Amino acid sequence: MDQKNLRDWEAKCTQEEPPKCKARCPLHVDGREFCRLMAAGQIDKAWAVLCKTMPFPSVSARICDGDCQNDCLREQVGGGINLAALERFAAENAKRSPMIRALPPKGKNVAVFGAHLSGLSAAWDLGKKGFTVIVFCEDKLQGFESLPADRVSNKIIEKELAQLGKMNVSFAEHGKPDPQTIMAANESFDAVFVDPLAYNSTQLGISEVDLGTLQTSIDFLFASPDVGDKPPIELIALGRKGALSIERKLQNASLTAGRDREAPFETKLFTNISKTETIPPVAVPDEGYSPEQALEEASRCLLCECMECVNNCAYLEEFKSYPKAYARQIYNNASIVMGTRMANTMINSCMLCGLCEKVCPENFAMQDIVLEARQDLVEKGHMPPSAHEFAFRDMDFADSSPCALVKHQPGTTQSNQAFFPGCQLSASDPGAIERTYAHLCSVLDGGTGLLLRCCGAPADWAGQKEMFGRKMESLKRDWESLGRPQIIAACPSCIESLRKGLPEVDVISLWTVLSSELGQLKQHPEMALLSLQDPCSARNNHELMNDVRLLLSGLDITFEEPELSGTHTECCGFGGLLANANESLADKVARRRAEKLDYDGVTYCAMCRDMLSKAGKRCQHILDIIFPDGSKDPAGRLAPGYSARRENRVRLKETLLRKTWNEQPESRSDYESIAVKFTEEARKMMEERRILLSDVQKTLHAVQDSKQVLENTENGHNLVQFRPVTVTYWVEYEMKENNYLVHRVWSHRMRVLG
Amino acid sequence: MGTLKVLDEDFSSWKCATCGKALHPSPVELEYLDSRFNVELPSCPDCGFVLIPEDLALGKMAEVERMLEDK
Ligand code: SF4
Ligand code: SF4
Ligand code: SF4
Ligand SMILES: [Zn+2]
Repeated sequence: MDQKNLRDWEAKCTQEEPPKCKARCPLHVDGREFCRLMAAGQIDKAWAVLCKTMPFPSVSARICDGDCQNDCLREQVGGGINLAALERFAAENAKRSPMIRALPPKGKNVAVFGAHLSGLSAAWDLGKKGFTVIVFCEDKLQGFESLPADRVSNKIIEKELAQLGKMNVSFAEHGKPDPQTIMAANESFDAVFVDPLAYNSTQLGISEVDLGTLQTSIDFLFASPDVGDKPPIELIALGRKGALSIERKLQNASLTAGRDREAPFETKLFTNISKTETIPPVAVPDEGYSPEQALEEASRCLLCECMECVNNCAYLEEFKSYPKAYARQIYNNASIVMGTRMANTMINSCMLCGLCEKVCPENFAMQDIVLEARQDLVEKGHMPPSAHEFAFRDMDFADSSPCALVKHQPGTTQSNQAFFPGCQLSASDPGAIERTYAHLCSVLDGGTGLLLRCCGAPADWAGQKEMFGRKMESLKRDWESLGRPQIIAACPSCIESLRKGLPEVDVISLWTVLSSELGQLKQHPEMALLSLQDPCSARNNHELMNDVRLLLSGLDITFEEPELSGTHTECCGFGGLLANANESLADKVARRRAEKLDYDGVTYCAMCRDMLSKAGKRCQHILDIIFPDGSKDPAGRLAPGYSARRENRVRLKETLLRKTWNEQPESRSDYESIAVKFTEEARKMMEERRILLSDVQKTLHAVQDSKQVLENTENGHNLVQFRPVTVTYWVEYEMKENNYLVHRVWSHRMRVLG
Repeated sequence: MGTLKVLDEDFSSWKCATCGKALHPSPVELEYLDSRFNVELPSCPDCGFVLIPEDLALGKMAEVERMLEDK
């Protein structure tokens, strides 16, 4: 990601956009922060929010008309927040006002003519910034005279005028200044501001004023056309505009740059109110809100923010921020040589599921940023080896000769189509593959080949472009060796991966084939209502999702769509190799998803089924229904552990070779003949620590040659170690009747040099 | 670089079955991702076989591995 990309991504996320109240307010008061503090009963702090933004806040807060109320998002669910009444309450009830400190004098003099609200606020802003200001007027109270006396007492006015006096501002009350004096003033002052209620530009004989800056044709003189009967807050905003122009002019800065959001504007902030309860406003009594009423009204504030993606994604939530900030973190992570742990784990924990893009009003695609960041880490050699290595070993194993198979249908020499079940279905439920393949062979013409191997998705997800390329090349060779058949894939991730890596292959889903051959399927027993789990890799494959629904309906299976379904489905926690990089988060995700399914789940992805099952959710694969294996409770079938998944793949190939092709499978490796038993504890340890039965067998096998064994003189246990490649395995066991009984296993990556 | 002492536990119940000797703490060099450390670990005085105990492998050692991986 370069800086330009970063800016583009940042601009897409609306989370840092202001809420509607702030955008609509002529002074851009932060109504959200104000309400948050008010609702928490922190009146002084809420008051400080107003003091930060408003000139002479004790007056401004009492005279605001609450222009924002109609724009407030609450308006659509009960009625806009009455910020004006709340501001008045804060002004009346705050016990302490923050110290307002002006900058020391800069040595620049500004003349302000007229002491109405615009002139006074220009003086306030300029004085605060260190300009020396003289306000020429008839009477310094004139600006406040028109204000309702029941709201703004003289005492309050005097207090604010006294504050002005402490901020480089003085008054010259010599009667109404005449236009000639004003026009000549920029000779003795560095700049001049004319309050439009004293003289508007027409009265001064100035023909043209720039409305965005109040700049006139006379250098260093700022004035405004007639203001009609603008409400007080807008008069204040006008003075503020003049002050900002004068400040820029005196600093030789651009008068116009970055001011497009000075007037009330449309914010881009998106806030989902579809689930917000309607609450009517708290009526304001004549004497104003009581503390309880103020708190109640402030509590109606929705504290508008987007967070739409964060609320829908456990990963985005986990790292406690939102995509705009993540984009920055990822950019920083890439640009410094020493990354921070947070960013690498963060980058590797996204499921690449694409839900964020669907729920975001601006289609922010976090998965695109994250995948690019992974590719970048891989390319620069900064990808942590432990993040994905286990998945790569699994993928390579699925593609190795004990598991992989490329064959024409028995008795044929060509394949019109080939079944591609995917390595995770082979690992999860090999029997379902045998039954499905037999069915396909019986109903399809032209020969149906079989392709057992991995689709390469793990390499793609891990950002390993080169590895993915290599996988695709070897897959292509297999496909060509079958005569370039159409591929019937059972797994939605395989479909995605194949279409991405080998666009020349015609890939269709098993579910499309089965739904078009409905008549060929057997009746299944009647079933209770199920919840459909769409895998996230099907999200953009509308044809697939549709065919699955047709298939289920055609089989008279009743199902409901969970809260997030179809194009808005949630990942089960397997996507993007999350479980490899951040297992605890993967568990959390799976549990969260399981909770959204009200009934037993039904899905068409082996990983969704196994992840949900591991999370304690009853769930079946559609193949469990279409081609049942006769077991009583397929939804309750436990997900096989890592070692069993490997064994399932090996056994699938052996069984198919023997039963379907009448061939003798190759003999197994020596180490596999080592008979090992495990204590219950050791079994759990292996699963948690991702140590496979084969790792243990290899370790015990290697020691038969090296003979390097430690012995515990207290309990008689033996301890051995082996380092096949990048990981050292330790196995603590006991010999029982010439068999190994394993008590403990552990591993580490660090190498002992000696 | 000095030798770090990372273990307080007593490993004297372990002996090297090959050499028949009890393990003794001795300095050992460890390496991961181009970083090296000198650590005191129980080893066989004869053949030099080094024991990496479970707690060390899953505790401090894993922590250091994680830290180094983020470079
Ligand atoms: S959905 Fe997420 S990415 Fe999109 S604007 Fe909202 S917070 Fe930003
Ligand atoms: S609900 Fe609150 S934050 Fe949102 S626009 Fe209204 S006052 Fe502002
Ligand atoms: S791709 Fe999925 S996991 Fe990643 S941020 Fe988006 S919704 Fe979350
Ligand atoms: Zn020894």
